[in-house]
Amino acid sequence: MSEALAMTDAITDSLLAVRNLNGWYDESHVLHGINFDVRPGEVVTLLGRNGAGKTTTLRAIMGILGKRQGSVRFDGRELIGLEPRHIAQAGIAFCPEERGIFSSLSVDENLMLPPQVKPGGLTREAVLDMFPNLRERLGSQGTKLSGGEQQMLAIGRILRTGAKFLLLDEPTEGLAPVIVQQIGRTLSQLKSQGFTIVLVEQNFRFAASVADRHYVVEQGRVIDTIPNEDLAANMNKLHAYLGV
Amino acid sequence: MFELLGIPPQALFGQLLLGLINGSFYALLSLGLAVIFGLLNIINFSHGAQYMMGAFVAWMLLTYTGINYWWALLIVPLVVGATGVVIERLMISRLYHLDHLYGLLLTFGLALIIQGLFRNQYGVSGLPYSIPAELSGGTNLGFMFLPNYRGWVIVASVVVCFATWFAIEKTRLGAYLRAATENPTLVGAFGINVPRMITLTYGFGVALAALAGVLAAPIYSVNPNMGADLIIVVFAVVVIGGMGSILGAILTGFGLGIVEGLTRVFYPEGSAVVIFVIMAIVLLVKPAGLFGRTQ
Repeated sequence: MSEALAMTDAITDSLLAVRNLNGWYDESHVLHGINFDVRPGEVVTLLGRNGAGKTTTLRAIMGILGKRQGSVRFDGRELIGLEPRHIAQAGIAFCPEERGIFSSLSVDENLMLPPQVKPGGLTREAVLDMFPNLRERLGSQGTKLSGGEQQMLAIGRILRTGAKFLLLDEPTEGLAPVIVQQIGRTLSQLKSQGFTIVLVEQNFRFAASVADRHYVVEQGRVIDTIPNEDLAANMNKLHAYLGV
Repeated sequence: MFELLGIPPQALFGQLLLGLINGSFYALLSLGLAVIFGLLNIINFSHGAQYMMGAFVAWMLLTYTGINYWWALLIVPLVVGATGVVIERLMISRLYHLDHLYGLLLTFGLALIIQGLFRNQYGVSGLPYSIPAELSGGTNLGFMFLPNYRGWVIVASVVVCFATWFAIEKTRLGAYLRAATENPTLVGAFGINVPRMITLTYGFGVALAALAGVLAAPIYSVNPNMGADLIIVVFAVVVIGGMGSILGAILTGFGLGIVEGLTRVFYPEGSAVVIFVIMAIVLLVKPAGLFGRTQ
């Protein structure tokens, strides 16, 4: 733990700085002081077992958790206490684990739903070029898409908003390997375009292929930080953390 | 003249027309209830009182200021809808984290208060509101005589219902509304102001009730109880159509008006209860309603 803190303290140029973040679902205390940093243009992952608090961390950053304390600074601005819509307008976009495709909206309506919060988002055409599968299904009901297509739609629609900071919650969950690869290529492409990404992942092979740094979450705390280049050396430790 | 099952055609068409008129009001009111229920998840029991307020505000505008029917069609929904906005902001919005029952009790209580205030001020004998000169008289359709005003009510209701359906199902604003109905948290996390949308949606539903009240003023007498009498039937209509379905509310409203009219021709004794009998059958066979989605 002290090692993790020492490492996060060393990062001074972070775009997102999470300090001592506590979070509750109703009465149950789930996050017990999360600390981590994300620099501009980085892809970082939150790794950990089921129930460790990874999804809750993203929800707490987004402001959609019942109660939260601590500090989340984004681009120099404190987000704790802001309404979710103001956090979105600050330039953070969220792609939930359950994907959040609306069944009463067509694919096109789902794609066009999130409003622009900053200039410079991808155009509708650019998103469709990135995910050509969606182009043929624009008129379909959103939830009639396959799981992989729904994930592409869930990612694609937040790229339009102009937010350059993405919170992606398990984008590869339950998808076929070929789709996982496609999403991996998309994330690399987004990184090269200057997007900053926080990725919650269980699929650690996938995480290793796209991320700069990994934070290991356990029982609502960040217990270790592993730069991607040191991953091979830390394999045993990581296996112990994740119980795989 | 031909006869159908021993029924003279004038009686048949007359009752069909009456059924369509009633159906117009059922559709407008159940549409407002469905829109409100969809996003707010509350059953707006003040809907009948807000319909009555629509008729009364139209009457007041004419009586105290001389503002005519046509302006009332525009002004009354705005005024009564604004009272809905205030009620949602001050009261209903405090109940979203509680059980739905509290919203129901609050709006039911408000309905009683509103009706009581109007009864106290204007009594229950009813106030006349005359048909605008442009729509007085009638048209002979060959097979029946159609009073112009009644034809106008049916056309206006169909147009308003269709426009509302179009706005909700086919526009960008409607897409926000549908999305927020499904998952308000995520829509908020996209940067959309969901609380404001909820407030305006309630105001819109109330405005629809008020518009129905203006349309009704020249047909039924303007009376503090006019909403209470109608709203019970409208709730049955909503239950039959299925809560939350826009198209379902419209089609069921018109359809049941016609069914009621036909019952009055073929079995007059049953006309007062036919909608409730249908409601009981629908609840037994398809509890979510004809157009409803099971949760």
